[in-house]
Amino acid sequence: MQFMLLFSRQGKLRLQKWYVPLSDKEKKKITRELVQTVLARKPKMCSFLEWRDLKIVYKRYASLYFCCAIEDQDNELITLEIIHRYVELLDKYFGSVCELDIIFNFEKAYFILDEFLLGGEAQETSKKNVLKAIEQADLLQENLDFQIRLFPGVLGPNVSAESSGLFQS
Amino acid sequence: MPAVSKGDGMRGLAVFISDIRNCKSKEAEIKRINKELANIRSKFKGDKALDGYSKKKYVCKLLFIFLLGHDIDFGHMEAVNLLSSNKYTEKQIGYLFISVLVNSNSDLIRLINNAIKNDLSSRNPTFMNLALHCIANVGSREMAEAFAADVPRILVAGDTMDSVKQSAALCLLRLNRTSPDLIPMGEWTSRVVHLLNDQHLGVVTAATSLIITLAQKNPDDFKTSVSLAVARLSRIVTSASTDLQDYTYYFVAAPWLSVKLLRLLQCYPPPEDAAIRGRLTECLETILNKAQEPPKSKKVQHSNAKNAVLFEAISLIIHHDSEPTLLVRACNQLGQFLQHRETNLRYLALESMCTLASSEFSHEAVKTHIETVINALKTERDVSVRQRAVDLLYAMCDRSNAKQIVAEMLSYLETADYSIREEIVLKVAILAEKYAVEYTWYVDTILNLIRIAGDYVSEEVWYRVIQIVINRDDVQGYAAKTVFEALQAPACHENLVKVGGYILGEFGNLIAGDPRSSPLIQFNLLHSKFHLCSVPTRALLLSAYVKFINLFPEVKGTIQEVLRSDSQLRNADVELQQRAVEYLRLSCIASTDILATVLEEMPPFPERESSILAKLKKKKGSGTVSDVEDTRKERNTNVNGSTDHTTATTNTKPSPSSFVSDLLAAAPPPTNRPRPVPSSSILHMPLSPLSPQAYAVHSAAPLTPFYQVTSSPSSDLLGLGNSSAVNSGSPPAASNAASLLVDVFSESLPVAPLGTASAPIIEENFSRFVCKNNGVLYENQLLQIGLKSEFRQNLGRMYVFYGNKTSTQFLNFSASVVCHEPLNAQLNVHTKTADPVVDGGAQLQQILNIECLSDFVEAPVLNINFRYGGSVQNIAVRLPVTLNKFFQPTEMMSQDFFQRWKQLSDPQQEVQKIFKAKHSMDTEITKAKIIGFGTALLDGVDPNPSNFVGAGVIHTKTIQVGCLLRLEPNTQAQMYRLTLRTSRGSVSQRLCDLLSEQF
Repeated sequence: MQFMLLFSRQGKLRLQKWYVPLSDKEKKKITRELVQTVLARKPKMCSFLEWRDLKIVYKRYASLYFCCAIEDQDNELITLEIIHRYVELLDKYFGSVCELDIIFNFEKAYFILDEFLLGGEAQETSKKNVLKAIEQADLLQENLDFQIRLFPGVLGPNVSAESSGLFQS
Repeated sequence: MPAVSKGDGMRGLAVFISDIRNCKSKEAEIKRINKELANIRSKFKGDKALDGYSKKKYVCKLLFIFLLGHDIDFGHMEAVNLLSSNKYTEKQIGYLFISVLVNSNSDLIRLINNAIKNDLSSRNPTFMNLALHCIANVGSREMAEAFAADVPRILVAGDTMDSVKQSAALCLLRLNRTSPDLIPMGEWTSRVVHLLNDQHLGVVTAATSLIITLAQKNPDDFKTSVSLAVARLSRIVTSASTDLQDYTYYFVAAPWLSVKLLRLLQCYPPPEDAAIRGRLTECLETILNKAQEPPKSKKVQHSNAKNAVLFEAISLIIHHDSEPTLLVRACNQLGQFLQHRETNLRYLALESMCTLASSEFSHEAVKTHIETVINALKTERDVSVRQRAVDLLYAMCDRSNAKQIVAEMLSYLETADYSIREEIVLKVAILAEKYAVEYTWYVDTILNLIRIAGDYVSEEVWYRVIQIVINRDDVQGYAAKTVFEALQAPACHENLVKVGGYILGEFGNLIAGDPRSSPLIQFNLLHSKFHLCSVPTRALLLSAYVKFINLFPEVKGTIQEVLRSDSQLRNADVELQQRAVEYLRLSCIASTDILATVLEEMPPFPERESSILAKLKKKKGSGTVSDVEDTRKERNTNVNGSTDHTTATTNTKPSPSSFVSDLLAAAPPPTNRPRPVPSSSILHMPLSPLSPQAYAVHSAAPLTPFYQVTSSPSSDLLGLGNSSAVNSGSPPAASNAASLLVDVFSESLPVAPLGTASAPIIEENFSRFVCKNNGVLYENQLLQIGLKSEFRQNLGRMYVFYGNKTSTQFLNFSASVVCHEPLNAQLNVHTKTADPVVDGGAQLQQILNIECLSDFVEAPVLNINFRYGGSVQNIAVRLPVTLNKFFQPTEMMSQDFFQRWKQLSDPQQEVQKIFKAKHSMDTEITKAKIIGFGTALLDGVDPNPSNFVGAGVIHTKTIQVGCLLRLEPNTQAQMYRLTLRTSRGSVSQRLCDLLSEQF
């Protein structure tokens, strides 16, 4: 896999992971182009498309699009299930995950991804093992303060779409 | 529902993110960010030392700002400080920041690497994993240098935790991808292979990815992985779905690992060991069987995972291309998917069938699905699926179904998405040409293409139809009639006007007998389009008009009037104005004979050779002219009604396969080159009036002698014009000067060196020049001969440098080139006479112009005579003009390559040689040699990455020969196997002989 992007229906990038060296400028260009291409597609269309010399595999969960770029030899269907397993991991970790979780805890989303995929390849496909690794890490930290729940007031307006669970649609 | 911050919430960060989300405009957001940046900067610079938590929070804020798309130019140092924190979350944020915002600042890299080193040696698996993730995420050369030894050691150490092994394996994979040269293979490689046997499936999954990457580069070192992979795969495939516990995904046993194992097996040919091979076949059969079983779950995840394994298995079956039963089963399975309700499966089935179509075992089976695929083209709602259908139709096309497929593609083109039209146009053009049985069908198809999708018809396509019409006189009348009819449409595409103008200008006379298409009607029809066209098209039309003047004297007056009008003679465009002026003058002053010569019908293509040479050759005398005429006549008799395509197209027309490469290789775009505005003298006219692609051959050639020879009489021309009597048969239009020039070129015929015994021919450096063009050809104590040469299409120019190494003059110096029978009919070499005196220490340059007429084996000989001191020196050197010099490289995709490879399967088309390596078997040198040989080096075509594959087209004047080559090194045995396939056995043989001497 060359990269993975998560973006919202409004085209806002929520997570980006690059497994090939590219300049910031190139990354921005690719992101812009792909977000546009994928958002323009209709719901029942197929999840794969050719783009430059890569294959794009994408899937929408509630308000979020998960989009992977793989190489010619790579397997589209298994990539689709990579996406699904990642969503499952997020869901299990956050408990019914929604886009807001990923916005406010973006660093966690990156940590979970690193436990699951490394260098663009699946590192550990067992859900139990990935979550065990993340939870172990959580245990390591000082159990002191800052266990803060965010109150609705902090979230700001228009949160309905972003707070709907990814698995609910 | 409020978002829950698990673990260590950073309240300040959450508030900041909320603030950003509340910003109503981009400006407000930037303002808020700048405020935050100022705040963080002051905190970092402040006197008060920050605690770890604050540092972490601010670094995290910076990261967030960066991920929003803003630039961050500070905070790196603080992030590096976090790496050495003892608190896990602080370290973790530090690593995340470094991974995302890596900076090549060398001081920082050293600090980062130090921190990573500490964590790697900490023996704390969580810290080790963080460090390995960071290396894998950054993957820079600096890191590869620093950790090339550590990572493999950690990977294979006996006491490493499983999770660390997984990270280490993929970390190594990443480093190997970015800096393979820095990762030395070693003792660890064999131990990596044995990770395939590990008990922990997570370790096996990660290790398999690593082994795939390594095996692609060094297949021999990882050969043992094949049997291990088959064993592992077999265990997975036969396991009950609960056996693998958490590695079972929606009732599918370890789908990711299965896909990877199947992928790994695609790095190798089918296993040689019968037992392993049998076991693998069983696995593949089981996977195919499972596809027929009822699903264990209705969830799409279940079917996706199951089918992911199935498609990978099919890829492996196609890769092996050796088990007909499996191939046919695969094809049937894909056939089922073609009608599946899941769009994704239909898409993948179309894609996968494309590769199946090129296997000889399954090509016919694929063809049975033609109706389904055509239906997909018509009914699929998703353009990317339709695109796959187009690709598949293209791949399954052969002579039996070409008409149907081309017709369907054409009708699809009417409504096709703009994004894929150009590609379809090209595909239709290629198929129509490749499988044309009747050329009338070909002409109809291309004209339809222009009518339906004129904007997407590239120049190459319409040039090609003209080339074919010009070269085949059986289709000229039909073409004229067809374009005439097509031009009747009130609105026709400009490309049609171009083709129409060109063809009527050449062959309008063939339909002028019919009163409905009389010369005047033809002219008026063309001229009615004139004002709607762009400048290049108008220029072409003007040339067609002047051709009309020659074809139809009765419309001369009408056309002269048009040319004389102010809108032409005073046109603001210099090209149009010039053409109008020159054509008008030409038609007024030239005699009918001259006009007929200047405006004669185009000679057959290929015209990419020097146009002047070609024309002159045609004028050169009955011998060569009749060559051309004969072949044309021969072709005529052959072609009428003949369905045998290849025999009909042996001589002047390239064979079908080279045809295609020709179209794809795209001749240099013949645009109107900018030129200085010529002087008003009519005498200069013929050198420049027409657009080069069209009529340049014609106008320039016959008149050239008038100026070139008389205005710049170079001594060598005169010196060679010693046999003007030869050309008794030169046409009346050619003046003495012309025949003079003709003789210059006929000089390329062998001329024995004057009064000297022939010296032994020196060939010692000959083979060095096969793959390169420049260097020292010969040297003795007196003389050094250097070469510099360039080749394009079927023409070449060679600069020969004669260096006098002594301090004494060489006298009576002469150098000539001899082509012995049969080479003299295959190659023209024109030598300019060298200066007879070469001063001591001086260098003399001689230019050889070379034209390849047809394929050849022998090489010409360069004879040198001179007097040094009292003695006469004779030297004869074999001149390295070899067939491969006339290569044009052709890039192509794997699929195309193998399709063509298969087409050239006649025994005499293939020549193979197995030979011992004479030099070290260095990959880079080999690549350079193949490129130097003239073919394109095709990457990723051969399934075995250590093999080399090349493709190119040999251009000669009469034919073009498409060539495919494959070189398989065997480093262990220090042997090579070289295989050449071309449409001509003699070419395959010669190329094989030449290239095999190079390794």
